[in-house]
Amino acid sequence: MRETDGLGDVRGVLRAGERPAPPSAFSAVLTHAWRAMLKIKHVPFQLFDVVVTPIMFTLLFTYIFGGALAGTPREYIQYLLPGVLVQTIVFITVYTGVGLNTDIQKGLYDRFRSLPMWQPSPLFGALLGDVFRYSLAGSIIILIGFIIGFRPGGGIFGVVVALGLILVFSFALSWLWIIVGMLMKTPETVMTMSFVFLMPLTFASDIFVRLETMPGWLQAGVGRNPVTLLARAARGLMHGNVVMSDVWWVLLASAAITAISVPIAMRLYYRER
Amino acid sequence: MSRDYRTVASLASIHRMTNAIETQELAKSFGTTRALDGIDLTVREGSVYGLLGPNGAGKTTAIRILTTLIKADSGRAIVGGLDVAREPGAVRRKVGLTGQYASVDEDLTGTENLVLVGRLLGLSWSEARRRGTELLEAFALSDAAARQVRTYSGGMRRRLDIAASLVIVPAILFLDEPTTGLDPRARNQVWDLVRRIANEGTTVLLTTQYLDEADRLAERLAVIDHGKVIAEGTSRELKASVGANAVHVRLADATQGDAAREAITRVLGDGIMPASDPMMISARLTSTAQAADVLTSLAQAGVDVAEFSVGTPSLDEVFLALTGKPSKSATEEVER
Ligand SMILES: Nc1ncnc2c1ncn2[C@@H]1O[C@H](COP(=O)(O)OP(=O)(O)OP(=O)(O)O)[C@@H](O)[C@H]1O
Ligand SMILES: [Mg+2]
Repeated sequence: MRETDGLGDVRGVLRAGERPAPPSAFSAVLTHAWRAMLKIKHVPFQLFDVVVTPIMFTLLFTYIFGGALAGTPREYIQYLLPGVLVQTIVFITVYTGVGLNTDIQKGLYDRFRSLPMWQPSPLFGALLGDVFRYSLAGSIIILIGFIIGFRPGGGIFGVVVALGLILVFSFALSWLWIIVGMLMKTPETVMTMSFVFLMPLTFASDIFVRLETMPGWLQAGVGRNPVTLLARAARGLMHGNVVMSDVWWVLLASAAITAISVPIAMRLYYRER
Repeated sequence: MSRDYRTVASLASIHRMTNAIETQELAKSFGTTRALDGIDLTVREGSVYGLLGPNGAGKTTAIRILTTLIKADSGRAIVGGLDVAREPGAVRRKVGLTGQYASVDEDLTGTENLVLVGRLLGLSWSEARRRGTELLEAFALSDAAARQVRTYSGGMRRRLDIAASLVIVPAILFLDEPTTGLDPRARNQVWDLVRRIANEGTTVLLTTQYLDEADRLAERLAVIDHGKVIAEGTSRELKASVGANAVHVRLADATQGDAAREAITRVLGDGIMPASDPMMISARLTSTAQAADVLTSLAQAGVDVAEFSVGTPSLDEVFLALTGKPSKSATEEVER
């Protein structure tokens, strides 16, 4: 019999031992966040992938249209960068849904859910990891901005608060992607949904051109887009001339999205698949 | 006096705990599909039990109910003495699951996957790491410990997947088609593992589409089809239910099938069993002495025989007799 070939001595290793107490909800969430960090470490290209496009956009817009749109490229980058930061991070939120959908399809969630841990901990852990990823991507964009002449009047503090506000909004948006991630059949369809939702959301905003330059009927719509509000608040915070009502609106929109989507996401999570 | 009480109490607990899994009338539908149509199973503690059935029979559905992933529409399931519907949390502390599709994170390394599961079971970082290393060694994965799982072969992935269910050795282990898609060597390794796991006292419920696998590993098995148990017992009992003795003839030349069947019919009358492999002919014997006559008759007809054996019918034949269609492993062999 050569049936044992390759296997080590498994005796003792396979004997049922003492079973530890299940982890606390907090510890389970942190463990899942650790998994998300490992993914960033092992697949750094994914992060690179999501910042390359916005960097191209920034360079293109700044040097080709910058002069026409704001007088000089240097003046335009002051306007553009906070908006590009918003766009970049809002776009990455889709990966929350893509990642979740992939894990579910692969059966990873079956394993997780058969373990004696706080059942929604994989969702929260993944989300923590995502927020970390958003900050990382955001920092790269800001760094590139500094290199090509972005000089925020609000100083580092303004930049950090602006990034924080963007993270709050993106966190809320991620919950919508969790819902989409659980409803769709494949990661590809989740990705397609991002073009349907995020393209109009980010392009029908004042990220690239000032609201005042748009026709009146368009202004009415674009002015109410939460992404416009977020970009305006981010610009204000970074340059030290923020209108506080913009910040409040963004926070309110984030709270509303979270309040509606979290219960739906939880219900879907516990639903049978 | 007090001693007697203790004996009575422990006897009662022994009696209660001798079945690791018990289901009654377990049913589950997805829309109009009746995935489980009233399943009764009894799995003794410490045994290896096989659920055998073709695609769509309901094997995965049964396992998902027993591991608390989904809820049955009706019926009852007791796992480790606990009702899965009433105490899912407590059931999760007794079971381990290796699903049908390797449920390990491909981006992570082998060690990281096991540490992840260890942490989620409540081990400390250092304990989880120690246990991970120990398991990787036992499963012959030490060399690949620091490699991303996406670089693993199918067999390595499957072993890691099973190891992940053993980070804390569960009282009851569920393996959903543990060897599907593995080459013969990797399959042998998994079989060996299952035997060793069972030897250490864990109850194993495994599903399979391979009759030889159920035959080799499982002490008892249930054949399920369309969500119903169509036969249950030891593989010996199942074979006996189809016919006590049989003669198996493997032809050397496929074109001689008709001649061979004719030669056999001359001796045995109407004993030929339906088979899925055109090179194989099996026929029921009323006595073993007839085997010699069959061989003579085949020789006289000029049939080239590659293999000739007498024994109980194979599980393939049991399956054919029970369901009227060949099992998947048999059809695959024909396609090959
Ligand atoms: N989530 C689901 N939604 C709809 N139908 C389902 C679902 N899960 C299973 N089914 C159906 O229930 C039946 C039993 O499926 P199940 O996965 O339990 O079979 P199986 O024996 O595991 O098959 P296989 O050998 O292909 O894995 C099939 O007809 C399947 O299509
Ligand atoms: Mg299945």
